[in-house]
Amino acid sequence: MAEQILLGGYRVLDLTDEKGLLCGKLLGDFGADVIKIEPPGGDPARNIGPFYKDIPHPEKSLFWFFTNLNKRGITLDIETPDGKQTFKRLVETADFVIESFEPGYMASLGLGYEELEKINPRIIMTSITPFGQTGPYAYYKTTDIVGVAMGGMVRIFGDAGMPPNRISAPQFYFQGGIHGAVGSLVAHYHRELTGEGQHVDVSCQQAVVLSLMIAAEFWDLLKVNYKGLGPGIGLSGIYFSRWIFRCKDGYVFIMWGGGATTAFRVTSEQITAMANRDGMMLDFKDFPFVEFDLSKIIFDDEIKKTVDRFVQGLSEFFLTKTKQELFEEALEKSIVLVPLNDARGVLESPQLAARGFWEKVEHPELGEAITYPGFPVKMGDIPYRVQQRAPLIGEHNEDIYVKELGFSKEKLVLLKTRGVI
Amino acid sequence: MAKQIFEGIKVADFAWVGVGVQPSRELAEHGATVVRVECHKYPDSLRTIPPFKDWLPGIDRGAFGAAYNTNKYGISLDLNTPKGQEVAKRLVAWADIVTDGMTPGTMAKWGLEYESCKKIKPDIIYYSTCQMGQKGPLYKFGGFGMVGTAYAGYCYLLGWPDKDPLSLFNNYSDFVAPWYLTCAVIVALLHRRKTGEGMYLDQSQVETGVTFLAPVMLDYIVNGRIANRMGNRDPYMAPHGVYPCLGDDRWVAIAVSSEDEWDDFCCVIGDPEWTKDPRFATFLGRKENDGELDRLIGEWTKDFTAEQIMTMLQDAGVPAGVVEAAEDLFNDPQLKHREHFRFLEHKVIGRHAYNAPAYRLSKTPNHIWKAGPCLGEDNEYVYKEILGYTDDEIADMLIEGVITTETDAPAGF
Repeated sequence: MAEQILLGGYRVLDLTDEKGLLCGKLLGDFGADVIKIEPPGGDPARNIGPFYKDIPHPEKSLFWFFTNLNKRGITLDIETPDGKQTFKRLVETADFVIESFEPGYMASLGLGYEELEKINPRIIMTSITPFGQTGPYAYYKTTDIVGVAMGGMVRIFGDAGMPPNRISAPQFYFQGGIHGAVGSLVAHYHRELTGEGQHVDVSCQQAVVLSLMIAAEFWDLLKVNYKGLGPGIGLSGIYFSRWIFRCKDGYVFIMWGGGATTAFRVTSEQITAMANRDGMMLDFKDFPFVEFDLSKIIFDDEIKKTVDRFVQGLSEFFLTKTKQELFEEALEKSIVLVPLNDARGVLESPQLAARGFWEKVEHPELGEAITYPGFPVKMGDIPYRVQQRAPLIGEHNEDIYVKELGFSKEKLVLLKTRGVI
Repeated sequence: MAKQIFEGIKVADFAWVGVGVQPSRELAEHGATVVRVECHKYPDSLRTIPPFKDWLPGIDRGAFGAAYNTNKYGISLDLNTPKGQEVAKRLVAWADIVTDGMTPGTMAKWGLEYESCKKIKPDIIYYSTCQMGQKGPLYKFGGFGMVGTAYAGYCYLLGWPDKDPLSLFNNYSDFVAPWYLTCAVIVALLHRRKTGEGMYLDQSQVETGVTFLAPVMLDYIVNGRIANRMGNRDPYMAPHGVYPCLGDDRWVAIAVSSEDEWDDFCCVIGDPEWTKDPRFATFLGRKENDGELDRLIGEWTKDFTAEQIMTMLQDAGVPAGVVEAAEDLFNDPQLKHREHFRFLEHKVIGRHAYNAPAYRLSKTPNHIWKAGPCLGEDNEYVYKEILGYTDDEIADMLIEGVITTETDAPAGF
C-alpha cells in the first residue's frame, strides 16, 4: 500500500520469533515500515520448514518468507551495551515495538516498557507470549500442539474412540500474532487521539479460546464438554450426522439438516431432488425436512434411523459424481456443499484467482517470483501491494544504520567485529 | 471510569451469524455505541442453535448469539418493510460504521448497500464479510464457516492420514476472519480521521482462512507437495503427540523440540532402558520409529493425570500441556489469572460466561458490562434516544409490525 496512507509512515520494530512474526507482517500489510531485528547470524525462525525446494537453509524457509513479507531486516544483539544503545535510538524513531521473549527478558535488559516509555512516551509495546506476561503458566514452554491443546482446540477435534486431534498446520502463534495486531491497533487508535502509548500484553492461549465457537458456552450452560466427532457434527458425545463424504474424485462437505436453519433444510431438499433425478434416494422424495431436527437425535431413536438412512443414500449418490459436478449444481440451487480442498484445490480455485488474491513476489536472489497468499480484505480502492519480500539476514543494515542513524562505515565494521550486528 | 478508546464511535450493526458481529463487538468492548439490528421473523441462526438454557430452544435462550454481541444495544426491525428500511437509513445517518455479514446482494435489496449508505453519510465506513467476497464467479455462495473452512483447505489437514478428513466443529475460519476485519476497520477509522474519507471493506472469509495455511500453500506452490493430515505428528519433531492419561478420556500433549528437551524428558520419565535403544538414541532414529516411540511414551503417561504430567515436564522445561476440554478452561489457573471468562447477567439466560479479548491494554483496559441483548431488548432506548422517534411513532411501528415482537421460527437444525 502506498506511502503515507493507512499505516504508511509508522514504524514497527519487530523483535519477535515464530511466536509473534505474523503481527508485524500484518502491520506491514497495511503499509507500516516494519524493521525485523534479528540476532547476528539470523533469527531461529529461519530454521522452520518447509523450505524452498527442500533446501534447509536460513535464507530459504518458506515459513520465514511468508511471516516476514513487507518487512525490512537488520541484525542487532540487544544484549550488548552497544546493541542496547542502538536499539534505544531506534525506539526514538518508532511507533511500535513487538516482542515475544519470555516475560521479563526485555526488562532484564533495561528495555522493558517502563524504560522504552521514557525514551518515547508514544511508543506502543506489544508482547506476544503463549500465556501472557504474568500468571502461573507465564513461563511454561509451548509448541503449536501444546498451545492449541491448552487453548481447548485439540479436544474439540477428532473422531470418537480416537485421541483428540490438532490441525496438521500450526495455528497457535498465528492466532497470537493476529490478536497482537488487533491489540496494537486498538492502542494505536488511542494514541492517535491522545498521544499516549501503552503496553499490550497478548496471550496466545486466550486467542485460541476465542476460536472455539461455543465450546465454552456449552460447558457453561449445559455442563457438556464438546468433543470431536469425526467427519460430521454432533453434541454431547452424540453423533448427529455425517457432513463429509467421498465423491468420485475426492471429498465434499455438505451441511444438511432441517428445522429452523433454512439453508440446511434447503440443502437436504435440493440434494435429495438431485439424487432422485438419477433414481437414487427415492425414499426421501417429499420428506418433510421442515419438521426435522437433527439435534433431537439425542432424544429420538427414529430420527437416528432416518439420519442413518439419509447418510447412506448420500454416500452412494456422491460416489457417482465429481467434486466439480456437485459444486456447480450446489451453487445454482443454494445447496451448502463445497469441494473439500487440498492445497492444489485451493490454488486452483477460480474464485480466489478472480479476486486477485494471489500475489507474485520477486525473489531476485532465487531468480524467480513466488506466488503468495495475498491480503483477504479489500480496503476501498487502495490496492494491496507487497512492498518487500522477506529480508535476507542483515539486508538493510546499511540503510538503517548508515543512511538513517548516520553511523560511519567504520563504526559499522567495529560493531560487526564485536558481534553486535 | 476513564474514557473508553472508541467512545463516540457509532456502529449500525446489520451483520449476523459469526463473523461480522465480532469486529463490532471488539469496538463495543472499548466504548463504541453499537446498535444491532435484528428481526423476529428472520432470526439470526445463532439464536436458533444450541446451547440453550436448560436445553429449551428459544430465541433469547441461547448463549451462542449472546456471546458474540457483548455491550451492544439490540433492536428489532423488519427490513422487508418500506418503513423498516426508512428507519434503517436513519440509523445509517447516525452511524460512523455500517456492518454487513449477509450473502452478497442482500443489503442492496433493502437499499442498504455501500453506495446507498454513502449517499446518506458520505464518510461512512462500511464492511462486508462473506464466504467468498463480494465479486467473482462464486460470490453468491452463501455458506457457513464449516464449508468455508473445508474450501480453504483445513478439513483436508485434520485427522489421520489413512482415514477420511474430519470436520472443524468451530467453523475455524470464522475465528480468523473477524480479527483481520477488526484491524482493517481501525485502520479505516484512522484513514477517515486523516483524510475525511470513508471506506468500503470487502472481506472473503475463505481467503482469511487460506492465509493461516500459508506455509502449506507455499510448500505446494514451490515444492509441489500436497500436505496431508498427519494425526498428531509433526514433520519436524518426535516425540510429538497427545498421549493417554489417568481418568476418563484424558490426554496430555507433549512435544520435544530440541536435544536438550529430549534429555530432560528422559530424565523426567526415569531414564528407562528403551531410551538408550539405538532406535531412540538419535533424533533421526526417533523420527523413523515414532510409532513405537509414541506407544512407549503412552505406557508411561497412562499412570498419571494429565495435570501431573504437564507439571512434571514443564518443571523440567519440556513443552507439555493438558488437552483441555471446556470444563478445564473454566478451571485453568492461567485463564483465571487473566480473567478470561467474565460473567454477566443475561435477562433470560441468567448469569453466564463471556470471553475477554486475548490482549490486555496497560492504560485503557476494555470494559465488558452488557450481556448480549435479547431480541429487541433496547428498542425503547434506541428508537427514542438515539433515533428520536416519539412514543406515537413507535406505537405505530409496533402496530404495523415494523418493530417486530414475535417469532414463529422453529429452533433446531
